[in-house]
Parts: sequence; structure tokens; C-alpha cells
Amino acid sequence: MNNKQFEPNTGKPYVHPYLGGVLLGLVLFLAFFLTGNGLGASGGLNRIIVYIQDLIVPGHIDQTPYLLKMAGGELNPLNHWIVFMLLGTIAGGLISGWLHGRLKIETNKGPRISTKQRWLLAFIGGSFMGYGARFARGCTSGQALSGGAVLSAGSWAFMFAVFAGAYALAYFLRKTWN
Amino acid sequence: MAPFPFEQWLGPGSYIIYFIIGILFGAVLEMSGFAKSTKLAAQFYFKDLTVLKVMFTAIITAMLLIFLTSALELLDYDLIWVNPTYLWPGIVGGLIMGVGFIIGGFCPGTSIVALATLKIDGLFFALGTMFGIFVFGETVQRFQNFWNSSFYGRVNLPELFGLPTGIVVLLVLFMALFMFRGGEHLERIYGNKNLKKEPKTRYIGAGIMISIAVVILLLGQPTIEDKWEWIAEEKQPLLQNRNVHLHPGEWLEIYYDDSRKLVTLDLRDERDFNLFHLKDARHIDINDLAPVSSWIAKLPANAVIVTVSNNEKNAVKAWKILMAQKIPNVYILAGGINNWLRTFAEKREKVHPNKKWDEALPYEFDKALGSRHPLSEPSEKWLEKLEYEQKVELVKKVRRQGGCG
Repeated sequence: MNNKQFEPNTGKPYVHPYLGGVLLGLVLFLAFFLTGNGLGASGGLNRIIVYIQDLIVPGHIDQTPYLLKMAGGELNPLNHWIVFMLLGTIAGGLISGWLHGRLKIETNKGPRISTKQRWLLAFIGGSFMGYGARFARGCTSGQALSGGAVLSAGSWAFMFAVFAGAYALAYFLRKTWN
Repeated sequence: MAPFPFEQWLGPGSYIIYFIIGILFGAVLEMSGFAKSTKLAAQFYFKDLTVLKVMFTAIITAMLLIFLTSALELLDYDLIWVNPTYLWPGIVGGLIMGVGFIIGGFCPGTSIVALATLKIDGLFFALGTMFGIFVFGETVQRFQNFWNSSFYGRVNLPELFGLPTGIVVLLVLFMALFMFRGGEHLERIYGNKNLKKEPKTRYIGAGIMISIAVVILLLGQPTIEDKWEWIAEEKQPLLQNRNVHLHPGEWLEIYYDDSRKLVTLDLRDERDFNLFHLKDARHIDINDLAPVSSWIAKLPANAVIVTVSNNEKNAVKAWKILMAQKIPNVYILAGGINNWLRTFAEKREKVHPNKKWDEALPYEFDKALGSRHPLSEPSEKWLEKLEYEQKVELVKKVRRQGGCG
């Protein structure tokens, strides 16, 4: 706890990572124990996207098998628990940020890039992330955390692939972050 | 036992539970500093390993509690969602996500929390994520085959390594503790962190976790017999009242019904199977039913599984094993192959005079014809001649649908 760079810009300090991890583990266990499902995030975003597509070009949905499962015919893509978990996640982040004085309009970036460059990179990185998350059938929450805890073989292979992909490219992006 | 599937009691109101879990999820992510992209990215320069610590502490905490409650018979592991393994699509997708992580500084969940706390970079990342999801939905058909390849179904690490669950839990825990130790040293070297200032309570925490893992190992996970005991009270009457015993005629009916997929599991020894078996039946050893083969676990929802033996004894055993693992729509061929032959065989003289019906295969076969034997696939006309009571009622899969659907 002696490097300011990793502390919040405003408000109270973050909890210790091990404590945060135990709390996150308890939430994850609670999700499994109460619902049988783990946690997830990208699935909710997926359904919002499909909902918008369904509003604009409903005919297109009915011709694409992948989208059909979520929004074909009378199906409402938003009528799914993952969407409510996503709304809860937004609310939870907002409440915690507000209680701890960390609610602030800002852009976190490395010192050597401009704010606009950071926004562009965030969008590009997000695109890769979204594409990869659907490719892998789950994001960090739905595959790595949830699948890891129940010892799914594929989720562990996936988890190491995520770290491998990020570490492999980290050197080339060092100017972005340091 | 754990309260799910609680949707049955609460209906649409059950979404409130997911909403509350979401609130806790978002709050914990925010409290851990996951709304700050520079903190997350520092993971990959060894300066601040919060990502590794939070993630793996969460995984081992949840893992210990899941397998502890499972060992104590409070939670049924067969009923919870275990991500199915699509090995190569998972690895390729993971690599793409890793690239996205280091370029954009978030993952989907953390970007949501970042935008909730008004971080503009989180907003752009979340928009990018939605764009990437959109592009995937539009392009997946071009590589559908690869995307559905290397599918191993619901396979977990203990099954993969052939080790008891308790041992794997202990190994995963030690691996995580080892990574934490290594991570702390990396932070000391690259992030100038003073390890002496780290709380000593973390050693107590590690000690508690190791103790729980040892308890899990000593208790062991429920066996198939235990799992059958949980449901015996409810399912035994089905056997006694013969509610799950399929008349050969109903087998034939489903065979000719395109809306249902008939899966016949033949449990007899290979010799009998080669002599004669029902059309499209699969020969399977009863020991291969627990844990259930992945191809059975991933059958579509309209599949009707029928267990077959010469009489009924082994078929009933297999039925119990599959029921104990929550496989839906499993039935028993009433009277087995013997009753089948008795029903359809017209030339009675071919029946061996010295053998009784309840013994193995009293019917005389000149050649080992397998399913090329005419009685293997009686014609549809038989349906008019036979009288029977229909037993099959398709139920939806009871297993969970999972997190990122």
C-alpha cells in the first residue's frame, strides 16, 4: 500500500485484495448456492445488443440461428436472469462508489497517452473483449470465476489463455500504461 | 439441500434474487478497485497483482464452500452449472480476451462497475464490448464448425485427471497460495512494495483454507449410492408402479416419431449385443454410466433414453444411476430383450426349447446379425396391433443454463 498509482483518485482506499477476494468468493458461492448459476456480465450486454437489433431489424434476427435463440419470434431477449444481474452490478458499483466517495467523472490512463487516445484504446480493447467473450462462451466472470470455482476443465484452460494473451502483448503496450 | 430451482416457487419474482446478487457482485468489484483500469493493467507489468489475488482468492473461497457443502450433502453438485468444455474455442476466445484486456484495461464486468462510478474509459470499453458482441453475432456463422468443435461436455478437473475431488481441491488451493507468494515477491521487485506491511492475518486465512480443504478430502464427495438415496423416496414408487417401464410398442412408436430422439442404451455383454440388438442401440458398460459419458449429458431436450438388458435387472440398475445424476427422460424397456422377442417373434419354433424366458437370450440366432436382424426394427404396422399404456412424458432439463447465455 505504498504506491499511490494504485489507490483511488478520490475517497476511501480500496479493501485489501485478499479480503476483496474472500468477499467476491462469498458472493460467487451465494450465487451458486441460491440459484445454481454462477456470476456473469457479458451475457447481459449480449442480450441488450440483441434487444436493440430486434427493435431495428427484427427480420434479421429470425434468419440468424445464433441470435434466434435469444430473440426469435416472441422471445424477449431481456427476459433472462442475467440481465437482472447486470442491472444489479451497475447498481452495486454505483452504491459502493458513492458510499466510499469514489464517484467521480474521470478517465484513468497511463501518463504518456492523451485522454482521447485512452478512450479510443478502451473502445478497441472492449471490442476484442466482447468478441472473445462470445467466442469463449463466457467472460472473466462467467467462465473464469464461475467455471474455475466449480473446477470446469475448459474454464481453467480458458483462464490461462486470457492471462497468456494479455502477458504476450503487454510489452508492446507498455507506453500505454506506464 | 440448496433451495434452487426456486423459480418454481417464485416465478418471475425470482429475478429479484439475481438483482440482489448483482448488487453484491458490483459492490465487491468496486471495493476491490476494479473500476480503475490503471490498477487492473498493472497486473501485466507485475507492479500490482490485485487482479490475480482477488480472482484466485474468490475462486478458491467459492470452490472450498461449494465442495464442502456438497460433501455435507447441502448442495447437489450435479444440479449446478458447470461450464461445458469447448476446448479450442475457449482457448482462442481467451487469447482474444487477453489482448482486449491489455489494450482496453478492463474485462466486461469491471467495465460495467467503472461506468457505474462515472469512469469515462469504462463507458468506452463497455460500448466497445457491445460492439464486439454485435460483430460476433454477425460473423459466428462463418466459423460455426470451429466454434462447436472440441466439445467435451460437462467435464471437470477431477474427471480429467482421474483424481478424487478432495485431492484436486487441495492441489488447486496450493497452486493459488503458491501464486500469491510469488505474486507478492513480484510486487516487491517491480512495484516497490514493502511486504512487511502486509497483514499477518493472511497466513491465518491460508491456514483456515487448508483446514477446510483437508476436511473436504476426509469427508469425500457423495457417491452414486448416496445420490440415489436422496431421491429414492420420490423415485422408488415409479419403479414399483412400473411408471417408467416402456412397452416395446412405445419404443417403436418413439422410433418412428421424428419429434423425439430415441437413445437406446444396451447394457448386455458384447456377445449378446453382437447376436442381436435393437436398431440404433448403443452398447454401453454399466460402469461407464457414472460419471455419465459426456455424449449422454449433452443430449438434446427431446431425447428419450431407454435402458435395455435381457430381462430388467441391469436396466433398472442403470436407470437408478442415471436418475441419481439428474439425467432427464430415462426409461426402462419393459421385460428387456426377452419380452421384445416374445412380442415380435412370429416363428416361435426358433425359441430354444430348453431355455426359459427369464434367462439370457432364449431365442436361437443362426448368425450374429446385430441390428441387421429383422426383429431389430419391426415395421410401423406393428403399432396398430399392439396395445399398451404410454409412459413417456418429456420433461425439460433440470440442469442450469449458465452464466453467459
